[in-house]
Amino acid sequence: MTFEYAPAPESRAIVTIKQKYGHFIGGKFVAGGKHFPTINPATEELLSHIALGGKADVDAAVKAARKAYTSTWSKMSGKDRGKYLYRIARILQERAREFAVIETLDNGKPIRESRDTDIPLAAAHFFYHAGWADKLEYAGLGTTPKPLGVAGQIIPWNFPLLMLAWKVAPALAAGNTVVLKPAESTPLTALLFAEVCQQAELPAGVVNIVTGDGSTGALIVNHPGIDKIAFTGSTEVGKIIARAVASTNKSVTLELGGKAANIVFDDAPIDETVEGIVNGIFFNQGHVCCAGSRLLLQENVAEEVLHKLKNRMQKIRVGDPMDKNTDVGAINSKEQLKKIIELAAVGDSEGAERWSPECVLPSKGFWFAPTIFTGVTQAHRIAREEIFGPVLSVLTFRTPAEAIEKANNTPFGLSAGIWSEKGSRTLWASQQLRAGVIWANTFNKFDPTSPFGGYKESGWGREGGRHGLAAYLKGVSHE
Amino acid sequence: MSNRIDVKKTYKLYINGAFPRTESGRTYEVKNAKGVFVANPCLASRKDLRDAVVAARAAHPGWNKATAYNRGQILYRIAEMLEGRRGQFVEEIVNVTGATKAKADKEVTESIDRLVWYAGWTDKIASLAGSTNPVAGPFYNFTIPESIGVVGAIAPESPSLLGLIDSIAPIITSGNTVVVLASTKAPLSAMTFAEVLATSDLPAGVINILTGKKDEIAPWMASHMDIDALDISGLPAKKHSDIKIAGAENLKRIHSFKSSDPGRIIAFMEAKTVWHPIGL
Repeated sequence: MTFEYAPAPESRAIVTIKQKYGHFIGGKFVAGGKHFPTINPATEELLSHIALGGKADVDAAVKAARKAYTSTWSKMSGKDRGKYLYRIARILQERAREFAVIETLDNGKPIRESRDTDIPLAAAHFFYHAGWADKLEYAGLGTTPKPLGVAGQIIPWNFPLLMLAWKVAPALAAGNTVVLKPAESTPLTALLFAEVCQQAELPAGVVNIVTGDGSTGALIVNHPGIDKIAFTGSTEVGKIIARAVASTNKSVTLELGGKAANIVFDDAPIDETVEGIVNGIFFNQGHVCCAGSRLLLQENVAEEVLHKLKNRMQKIRVGDPMDKNTDVGAINSKEQLKKIIELAAVGDSEGAERWSPECVLPSKGFWFAPTIFTGVTQAHRIAREEIFGPVLSVLTFRTPAEAIEKANNTPFGLSAGIWSEKGSRTLWASQQLRAGVIWANTFNKFDPTSPFGGYKESGWGREGGRHGLAAYLKGVSHE
Repeated sequence: MSNRIDVKKTYKLYINGAFPRTESGRTYEVKNAKGVFVANPCLASRKDLRDAVVAARAAHPGWNKATAYNRGQILYRIAEMLEGRRGQFVEEIVNVTGATKAKADKEVTESIDRLVWYAGWTDKIASLAGSTNPVAGPFYNFTIPESIGVVGAIAPESPSLLGLIDSIAPIITSGNTVVVLASTKAPLSAMTFAEVLATSDLPAGVINILTGKKDEIAPWMASHMDIDALDISGLPAKKHSDIKIAGAENLKRIHSFKSSDPGRIIAFMEAKTVWHPIGL
């Protein structure tokens, strides 16, 4: 039986996007020099012109952040800092619909996800960290915790506002000021967040937002006036940053790539598992560093799981991100689409078998159908490299020990999934897996109270919870 | 008595619970404070380091899986063995460094006490550094710290015994295994300490000790792709930058410390967060 869905488009009347944006420095929008376009990846429609931050802009932002740190923010009581963060959390909730619409327009993710995941979680991060601001001495991170100073924060395009919240909320709660650079292709919600800072009457210079590309990011990383770098993005850039700051006193946190194993044992609840596999790899078009991109199936249930997975994938609705019924939206950029197409082609040429459900993709914009590759071995590039798209590599195993060995056979160590009804087996597997976040009988869950971050080449440090707070305080040796 | 020709000790490396000579066949001269020859310890090579890392990697799963209680007892056992041989260590430190007997005695006492201190941390650190996380949903969510894997350490030049113990004890407390380069000028108490380790029920490969030159070994430690983290407290600050640049290739966690505190244990642990649904 096939269901027909009438279109259910979210209205974009609620948002006003300016033709052109400057940087947000010292509490004010200041005009940029050069500009570059930001587009809607689902339609290729031009949304706005964004300022390309150069040396003078980064200098001005760091100066404003330093001044705010020295004169205001570091002197303010934790109680008052917390109140500003509570205000921000509340305004994000009040303007949630606006943020969701802009996020979806600029990023290409389904409105259902920006509305139900990105924006509520971003508000929750501010609300959670607001409460830490006047309790730092009880966090078990030393009796006199001190902020680091000015934090330079560089965030990715896959969860634009949520990654901003992960970075800005703990930094401010701990008493730091920030210079934040949103991703080149998704700057709009960060610029709207600047308005939220104004509405919250956050002291000028506590949050500064400089837009731009990788060159702007490099200026922030190498700026001598910055005390801490927090970066979320690729492992490749993470290593460049680690080298760049090696001879400085900057502290660093890195949230980098992943190639998570999602392990299905033969006693798993199969229907739930299939939902979890779909959520693990097709959530946010697979643009998720912790995506469950390597499915490891125990041989005796592999056929059944694959059969049900393919059935389920036939029901995935790919298309207009603004439609409330859409499950999978647009690929974020032309460059990312090219990368996904190339790696999938490598999967073909290395002998894996490609399968996608039949689906009609829009003629404009950047699209890639949900795809699985079966017959994948550990040597295949699609089993080793992060694709960062809706592409799942399927491998099999016989024994639990083999599953763990395959799961851990990667330089990454961000996340992993376990599907089993047996508690002792789940706990055993979660002990054996070398990854920072383990989802058992669930996947891609996030919460501000719950530390997130990777082992090995997936990064340094944690974000969220008491552990995440440590990354913004002085003298805490576990970053 | 004074006419007796004493039996001198050959100082070798300590790798995988055994005492091999360096594969390079190289040694260097150690003289005492008065400039008199004392011994020819091994000048460890890159290959010795690699052998030690192989041993440390192989030992990690077992040591990591050992109960915290068991690791604590073994650390305490090391302290017991050191206590029993304190005279030998005092004599060796006095002979090599020219320290007064009182000063050497103090160093050995502190070394023993430090081991006892860390022994008590094995089964407490997870309670301090872990958490249960009240997530907004029907999930049981907890974060546990666990060992990182294989850690490389450069022990400080002095104090040669206490510095070595401050390097290795916090690393192995949580279940890591370690390859440590001992003090270059005063390596003898490190190698005698290996004899203590060999009689302390410590599984082979958990602690591996090399003697040699920092400038030769440290860069290989930094670039070794199967070392997960480094303690470079024993390197001068001006050398840290090059080590960090080389270590970035596999994003090693690289730390240096000025004191002994629980943060030193936690620095070589990774926080793991586990989510599980709650429901009927």
